[in-house]
Amino acid sequence: MRHFDREIEHLKQLLLRMGAMVEDAINESIRALLERDTDAAQRVLDSDNAIDQMELEIDQHTITLIAMMQPAAVDLRFVAAAMKITPELERVADLAVDVCERAIELNREPPLKPLLDIPRLARIAQDMVRQSLDAFVRRDAALAREVIARDDEVDLLTEQSFRELLTYMLEDSRNISRAIRLTFIGKYFERMADGATNICEMVVYLAEGKVIKHQHESD
Amino acid sequence: MKSAALGVSVLLILAILLVIIGNIAIHGAKQVTWEFISQPPRDGLMAGGILPAIVGTAALVMLMSIVAVPLGVATAIYLHEYTPAGGSWIATIMRSAVANLAGVPSIVFGLFGLGFFINFIGRNIDRATQPPGEVLWGQGSLLWAACTLALLTLPTVIVATEEALRTVPQDLREASLALGATQWETIRRVVLPGSLPGILTGAILGISRGAGEVAPILFTGAAYYLPFLPGDVTDQFMHLGYHVLILSTQSPDVEATKPLLYGTVFVLLALTFLLNLAGVVIRTRTRSRLAR
Amino acid sequence: MIDVRNFNFFYGEHQVLHGINLEIPDRQVTALIGPSGCGKSTFLRSINRMNDIIPGTRGEGLIAINGENVYAPSVDVVSLRRRVGMVFQKSNPFPKSIYENVAYGLRIGGMTDKRRIDATVERSLRRAAIWDEVKDRLNSSALALSGGQQQRLCIARALAVDPDILLMDEPASALDPIATQKIEELVYELKSNYTIVIVTHNMQQAARVSDRTAFFMLGKLVEYDVTKTIFMTPKEKLTEDYITGRFG
Repeated sequence: MRHFDREIEHLKQLLLRMGAMVEDAINESIRALLERDTDAAQRVLDSDNAIDQMELEIDQHTITLIAMMQPAAVDLRFVAAAMKITPELERVADLAVDVCERAIELNREPPLKPLLDIPRLARIAQDMVRQSLDAFVRRDAALAREVIARDDEVDLLTEQSFRELLTYMLEDSRNISRAIRLTFIGKYFERMADGATNICEMVVYLAEGKVIKHQHESD
Repeated sequence: MKSAALGVSVLLILAILLVIIGNIAIHGAKQVTWEFISQPPRDGLMAGGILPAIVGTAALVMLMSIVAVPLGVATAIYLHEYTPAGGSWIATIMRSAVANLAGVPSIVFGLFGLGFFINFIGRNIDRATQPPGEVLWGQGSLLWAACTLALLTLPTVIVATEEALRTVPQDLREASLALGATQWETIRRVVLPGSLPGILTGAILGISRGAGEVAPILFTGAAYYLPFLPGDVTDQFMHLGYHVLILSTQSPDVEATKPLLYGTVFVLLALTFLLNLAGVVIRTRTRSRLAR
Repeated sequence: MIDVRNFNFFYGEHQVLHGINLEIPDRQVTALIGPSGCGKSTFLRSINRMNDIIPGTRGEGLIAINGENVYAPSVDVVSLRRRVGMVFQKSNPFPKSIYENVAYGLRIGGMTDKRRIDATVERSLRRAAIWDEVKDRLNSSALALSGGQQQRLCIARALAVDPDILLMDEPASALDPIATQKIEELVYELKSNYTIVIVTHNMQQAARVSDRTAFFMLGKLVEYDVTKTIFMTPKEKLTEDYITGRFG
């Protein structure tokens, strides 16, 4: 194995470790919300610093790699993808923190209603993040495109959940603060799914050298 | 215009060469019989063969090589390997000495051989080792003739050896030194093996020149006529080149000895040619080996 | 460790190295970079005193290998060069067989036991990552090998005498990119057993293979630091200008 390949492999391991931390954070945030588990929420808040540090470490590593190894072609795309994926992951982690902050606030009051759309939304977003990382590791453009396709479903669910929450707010003004918090949470999960979509766009770039961001692919 | 003149002169030279060689070959080749090369001369050099001259020439050339080649090679190694490039004054003096030596007329070598080797060294050896009045070393002999000829050949051998040493890339010397070899180990294991074919070629060319020279041996050991073959380095000897001189100038009937003369010249020429050929063959074989 | 203190070097009256100070750590790759004529090769060749063969040269100051000054009068240059191997810019195998090339240093070192020589030749060729390519033709001429193979053979030849330090003078500058990459990989592998000092005019190569980098200019050491620092955040403006190609 080339010495350079080992460096690339190391970078990949760092990214996977960060991905795992982010997945954990999402998972915990969902639990904090659904099981009204304030401790779980607190754990996510505490772990965010580690994820931020991870982002710095990966940044440092990719810059060093460019300076020392002068990657080219697929290697260069990999390093570039890594540089763009890392902040996406960090943002997803921040969103999980936001979910937890809202969950902590919600947990102080009785539940507004049984949650239906938001758990589905959360699971799909979580799934998309996980699959986007899988696609990255395997450099699997087909899987990435599947993930991107699911974004429409997420948008639909977010809209649907918002409408439902709107009826609660119209019904009784005491519901408004909780309903707004839940609306935010829906939005957070939707943006996690957007993060996964962005990651997948980088995966397609990595695997095929093709830029699909801001373009309408006809396939 | 220019090239036409050049072409004419080239053709002219080739034609002259062809005439000379052709003349000698046609008249000489038929003289070369078994008897001619296996018998001594008879009847006041009017008949018989040239065996003592062939053997004498061969012995002389061999002895000369034994003296000239090691000395020349050692000198060249000193000049090229041990003195800094263009630095030391000793090397400068030696180089100009070698160059001047090459320009000295060969008869001067003969006189030097007589004066230095025979009258100075030989006489002194006799004085130290022989009973009074006896002369063993202080006269013309195979040894002194060979030494004189060796001096004549030395510049050729030195220059050719230096040239051969120069063809060994400096890289290889550095590689050897960097591995912890001493300079002498480097010369022995890398430089000499690499330049050996070139050295041999130079040596053979030098020797073949020496083999045909007559002037240096005139006073140092060549004999007019000897019925026997030389058995010791202190013996006098007959020589092909000298024999040609004798036949063409001292014979009572020059016309009658003409066939013998042609035969002798032919043998001498063939010998020189063979030596030169050996030099060329060695050189081309080296070249092809290096090119591989 | 190679400890260099206030080292000056002269070609006759002309001073080519001015007060060089640096410490080269063991079991690492140290790259010497700088424009042509900056003295980096002269410095490299001072470490095993290969400059001695050029008449009129003179080194002043201290180059100490494990505490012993290589310019001390008591130092035996032959044994110094056995401890400090060297690989040159142009591959220079002897016009001998592959086997004899590697065995050369052993033979002049006085090794005669055929089995020991065989074993050392094989080990050296393996370490230089060329064994698999030549094991079936050890007795054929080294000159028949490709340029990259010849250079690796030269590395094997240097390794055979078991040096601690390996000096490399632009070892890949005459090679194509694939052969260059093999040499670079080899350098990377070798540093676990040898202290390597490599001169290169290829800055990317310095970045790829070295742990530390020294930047020379006009016979002076401008900056010496961890390679990462030199290439990402050099302290000297000169270094920055050189490695970014904004020179002059």
